[in-house]
Amino acid sequence: MTIAVLSGKGGTGKTLVSVNLAATAKTSIYIDCDVEEPNGHLFFLPEGVQEEEISVKIPKVDNELCNGCRKCVDFCKFNALAYIKNKLIVFDEVCHSCGGCIVVCPEKALTEKEKFIGKVQKGTSGQVTVYTGILNTGEASGIPIIKKLLAEENMEENKQVFIDCPPGSACIVMESIKDADYCILVAEPTLFGVHNLGMVYELVKLFNKSFGVVLNKCLEEENPAEKFCLEKNIKILGRIPFDTKLGTLNSNAEIAVNKDEKYRDMFSSLMKTVAKEVRCNETTTNP
Amino acid sequence: MKIAIPIDEKVLESNVCVSFGRTPYFLIYDVETNESIFLDNSAAASAGGAGIKAAQTIVDNKANVLLTPRLGENAADVIKSADIEIYKTTNASAKDNIDAFVAGKLSLLDEIHAGFHGHGGN
Amino acid sequence: MKQLLILSGKGGTGKTTIASAFIKLADAKAYADCDVDAPNLHLITGWNAEPAKTDYYGLPKAEINPELCTQCDQCRQNCRFDAISINEKYVVDPFACEGCGVCAYVCPVEAIAMIPAVAGELMLYSDGEKAFSTAQLKMGSGTSGMLVTEVKKQMKSAAVDAGLAIIDGSPGIGCPVIASLSGVDMVLIVAEPSVSGISDMERIINTAAKFGTKTAICINKYDTNIENTKKIEEFCKKQGLPLIGNIPFDSNAVKAINNGQTIVDIDCASGAATKKVYHKTMNLLFEKGGD
Repeated sequence: MTIAVLSGKGGTGKTLVSVNLAATAKTSIYIDCDVEEPNGHLFFLPEGVQEEEISVKIPKVDNELCNGCRKCVDFCKFNALAYIKNKLIVFDEVCHSCGGCIVVCPEKALTEKEKFIGKVQKGTSGQVTVYTGILNTGEASGIPIIKKLLAEENMEENKQVFIDCPPGSACIVMESIKDADYCILVAEPTLFGVHNLGMVYELVKLFNKSFGVVLNKCLEEENPAEKFCLEKNIKILGRIPFDTKLGTLNSNAEIAVNKDEKYRDMFSSLMKTVAKEVRCNETTTNP
Repeated sequence: MKIAIPIDEKVLESNVCVSFGRTPYFLIYDVETNESIFLDNSAAASAGGAGIKAAQTIVDNKANVLLTPRLGENAADVIKSADIEIYKTTNASAKDNIDAFVAGKLSLLDEIHAGFHGHGGN
Repeated sequence: MKQLLILSGKGGTGKTTIASAFIKLADAKAYADCDVDAPNLHLITGWNAEPAKTDYYGLPKAEINPELCTQCDQCRQNCRFDAISINEKYVVDPFACEGCGVCAYVCPVEAIAMIPAVAGELMLYSDGEKAFSTAQLKMGSGTSGMLVTEVKKQMKSAAVDAGLAIIDGSPGIGCPVIASLSGVDMVLIVAEPSVSGISDMERIINTAAKFGTKTAICINKYDTNIENTKKIEEFCKKQGLPLIGNIPFDSNAVKAINNGQTIVDIDCASGAATKKVYHKTMNLLFEKGGD
């Protein structure tokens, strides 16, 4: 079972929820797809970390073969090539690795080379396998890293998988939830929180995902996010109260369920609710 | 000698455009003949890599000198590979900057800002 | 025009809350929300009128004409983004397509066209005196850096005479952040005293340093973890970065925001602290020798 945890904006508690659920499940896999700001590893401090560099293919020119026809320069939609003083220049960081220049070159003067854009780390923390994707500073797209993180060989059959998604609803989030069986949307009790919850709500609906909401940082006051869920008839999976102790544990990158019985109970019951929802959805979709 | 300048309007008295890659027009001014050519900058609408494409335009129009307030890393690479000299404009019109350059009053642009990684400057 | 950009690295540290307070305090004539993935500033800046909207086009997307397609599979084999699939006929996944045009080039029967695609919407609120520029990226679109550039351009052209512009940045360190950084005079980083927040703050400081932009830091909700606050203070000292204020956690802040107000509209501790940060920021931004 693969569960993706997402939210429209950052800082709502995606990592709190996904890390603690992964730690609550007996044996599980935690995958950090927030490749621009991966934080889950700061909580898990995984051991025995193996690292794999992730690369994309970019063009390399043989200036002996290049006849200066500029077909590649004209073709490139990303303006990653320039032809100056009888020499072709490739701008690596502008290149989107579409391979178009190689296809259009009549002289076969272009070949490909690897360019590293980031890495994937795999380690273990107790019974949790921790995958972390890290995008190098200045690289534009983390999608190749996410594809690698969510590759099938990482998904072991009988383990629960928790995906910590990037914030927002851009294409990188779509890539992260593509194969998830269930989505947990984490929302804050503010006007901002509701606005952004609305956006991810549209996203999971578009992808036909089963989903529910966890309300985080709940205060005594009226909760606009809760109101939104009631209006739209969205399943509320659980409420996490605003709690200074939980806040402190979390801000120290401690896994709350390993520190305090109270939080273990809270996340276990959340896990049960989620599992029930997933089963329930399975029966309705495959009777 | 030909001078290239990014400009906001197709007149000699135009302001110098603050963005090199996304300027609407370029002025190519020939110092010997006093001839002005105004070019549309096709790079302005690019989703990315505008500086590179704009620089290619300058090179293809055989400019020897570029006058600009700022320049990104990638565009500077293109301009420098073509041995075009880059001078920093002042807060005056294109015409005044050309006169200042001819009088030797402009200084070389030594500050190249880190590129915008193909995502457009301002 | 002096431009101040408010950034955080990590999301949810209070960027927009602080940006909205600054806009109020400065009575800013020009401001923008560059968080085009999840814009929020419009929720509390009190504009009632509808904004002027403009469609924003990213790169065009491929479309296959099934009438012409001979199912030769060339397009699918050459697509690097796995955007083409066979579902009885050949179809393009518009969310995966990056608009590179390779499929249209390799198609032997010209069955593929590149169709302009709306990737988002630019919005401009303006009453002749003030201008607020913002945008919303369409779900699943990826080219937000360019849209950020458009948001800033729209703000500048709508408020040419404004002496100060306040820009709410986007989270992360990727392309939208780089686009929001370009051309600004100063960056204020809103840090949060958590291990994650510190890690993200360091990444954003490195990015700002690459641009050589003047940078100052304030710590929001500093009292939620005093030890981590101390760590940030030490970090700033070591790096020679000005730490210009600490703002306490304040449940009144949530109340204000939920009423559509800024934290300086009500009398509260976070609002008072933000005022101090504001004055120090303005001193740094307008100090002599800058620019």
